[in-house]
Order: sequence, then C-alpha cells, then structure tokens
Amino acid sequence: MNVAKIAVASGKGGTGKSTVAANLGYSLAQERDVVLVDCDVEEPNLHLFFQDGRSESPVTTPVPVIDTSACTFCGRCAEQCRYGALLVLENDIRFFRELCHSCGGCSLVCPTGAVREEMEAVGRVWESRPFPHLRLISGVLDVGEIHSTRVIQAAKQAAEPAGLIIYDAPPGTACPVVETMEDSDFCLLVTESTPFGLHDLELAAAVAKKLCVPAGVVINRSDGDDAETMAVCSRHDLPVLLRIPFDRKIAAWQNRGELFAVHMPQWQGRFTDLYTRIQDIAGGSR
Amino acid sequence: MDAPVEERFGRSPYLILIDTDTGTETSIQNPGADAAGGVGPRTVQLLVNHGVKAVVTGQVGGNAASALQAAGIDAYQYRAGGTVRDALALYRAGKLTRLL
Ligand code: SF4
Ligand code: SF4
Repeated sequence: MNVAKIAVASGKGGTGKSTVAANLGYSLAQERDVVLVDCDVEEPNLHLFFQDGRSESPVTTPVPVIDTSACTFCGRCAEQCRYGALLVLENDIRFFRELCHSCGGCSLVCPTGAVREEMEAVGRVWESRPFPHLRLISGVLDVGEIHSTRVIQAAKQAAEPAGLIIYDAPPGTACPVVETMEDSDFCLLVTESTPFGLHDLELAAAVAKKLCVPAGVVINRSDGDDAETMAVCSRHDLPVLLRIPFDRKIAAWQNRGELFAVHMPQWQGRFTDLYTRIQDIAGGSR
Repeated sequence: MDAPVEERFGRSPYLILIDTDTGTETSIQNPGADAAGGVGPRTVQLLVNHGVKAVVTGQVGGNAASALQAAGIDAYQYRAGGTVRDALALYRAGKLTRLL
C-alpha cells in the first residue's frame, strides 16, 4: 500500500514544521499530485509560503437556540451539559456560546422541544492551487472559537479524495494534534537539537506511538552536532530520515517566506528521497 | 466550618450553604469541580438550584461572573487563607469586598 497521508508534527511551535511540510509538498508536487493541508487552525501559516488566489468556504457547527416561551425552566438541559454552557434560572435561561461544544445533548433531553439547533460559523477553509500539481488547503479558526477540531475535520475533508496528502499539524500534543495525526499513515516529527526541542520531540513521538502511527524524524537547523538527538531517537526507535543543516541562505529565504527547495533544486531530490524512505518504513509494513 | 476556604470559585470541591437567618449549615458536593471546562457556570447552577443569594469566594472567572450576575447572586471576596468560619465572621461584620 502506498503511504497516502503524512502528518508533520513537532510537539512545539517554531521548530520549522511548516517549512518542512511546505518544501516537502512542493518537491513531491514536481512529479505527482499533492495536497497540503494546514491543520494549525489557530495560526495557519502555510499559505505564507505560496502565492495564489484562494477561495473560501465557511465551517459551521450546530449551536442551540432556546425558545423561552416553550421552556418550562426544568433545568434538564443544564444538568445534561458537561461544559457549563447553559444556566437555567427561575424564569430565564442563559447560554454561554463560547463554552458550548455542539454535542447536541441539550436538544435531546429537553422534554418540551424548546431547544432548536442553528448552524453558526466557527471558521473557514481556504483553498488554492499555487502549483499545477499542488493544492493548498488551510483551516482557519475564528478568533475566540473553541471548535478547532471541527475546522480541522473540515479542512481534512476538503482535501479528499487525493493520492497524497500532507498535514501540517498544530503545535503541542493536545486534541487538535491527535485529530490531525489520527488517520495518518506516517508521522514526520520535526525537531531542533536543543534540549527543549528534544523534550517536545519525545512528547510528540509518544502521541504517534499511542495512535499506532509509524514515525520518523527530521532534524532542522542542525549545527552538525546531533549526538544527543540521535540518542533520543534511538532510545525511542525513531529513524532519523533527514537533516537540514543550519544555513544562512536557507534562513534568508525562510525569512522572506520563500521555499528553499525552489532555490536549491538539489533539495527537491532530498525531499523525494525522504518520501521514498517513508514508503519503505510505513508502506511495507502494511 | 473548620475547612479552609477554596479561593477558586468553580473548583471548590464542596459548597457550604449557610442560612443567615437560622444559622443552619449544609454542605453539598460540587460535582463539576474536576471538570475540564465550564466549571464556573455549572457551580452557579448549583447555587441557583439551592436558592443561594450571596457567595463568598476568592476569585471568580469571567463566565462564572456573568453567570452570577445573570442569576442575581452577589459575590464577596475572601482571600485571607482562613476557614469557612473566619470567612463567615467577616461577611457578617460587613468587612468583605464585594466582587459583583
Ligand atoms: S430542558 Fe428544555 S424545558 Fe427544560 S430548561 Fe432546558 S430548554 Fe427549558
Ligand atoms: S449542545 Fe451540548 S455543549 Fe452545547 S449547550 Fe447543549 S449540551 Fe451544552
């Protein structure tokens, strides 16, 4: 089986995760169709590497609306709500929109049918085609919203069906990261050789392991002395698949929001080789 | 009455209800104390269900504050690190700062 979905994660922001995802996507798109999905919905930044017009579609979620004339203020909905989004008073009811997880529980338990659900926007999905074989899809969560997994799901859905999808995961190891990694065939962990980087690498590797997704490591901004990183990787059985050296030129393009694989075509080959190794590791075992 | 006052409103494991007219005390468990989110409004719901008119606590979060306001429950601040008895004494003496 071909590896169809690769999640790029790092445990923490700022390690160059988006750089790896963007350059990998661009390099592979020289030969095949690739979809890049930015799942870092709170701070999507993949689009900064590419220039193209984009189309936008809303992501909505059901939110309860209560008809107080039908409500008997029995309090069952508030009792049901695990998130404290409803407060039933003697003859009034308050709804805390920012606490609501859209579980639908309140409308199910209401004995008088006073709860109706309305779709409300919580974010957007941007879509563009910066290169002939590359589609870019970004999930964007509205400010102050909590429904990040809903937006990630929508972005992932928009990418389907496709042969090869690369997910740029959000930083951290919480629900949104799990949501991103969950149905991936492989998890590419990006790290830097700093103590902080290593700790986050271990956390992210633990998530991948728990989800039974095979993983490998890319060391970014390597100063050549990666002994400690290599030790951590071998302890966790993580193959180091690619090393991107610290390079002034790479950093400069980076700062201008450009893809270094465009300027240094030899890297397109290295990213293609990276994908071949991923295939060998994950594809063969399935 | 001799238990220390929990200063984070929604995280209080128990709520001590005191009838200031009769002096009777009842202790109720706060099932939401360990919940991930929305503990403020859930705790306020508990107070509403028990007909509470004023609460003494250390601090209230934003959602808890709007919930208390919606329910018309006054909130007073006690952060001296003492027991429920100490807090009640100061409340009765009118020496607590009103939060809401
Ligand atoms: S369950 Fe229905 S009737 Fe009861 S308080 Fe909630 S909305 Fe009103
Ligand atoms: S939909 Fe679920 S989370 Fe939202 S108010 Fe109803 S019970 Fe609470």
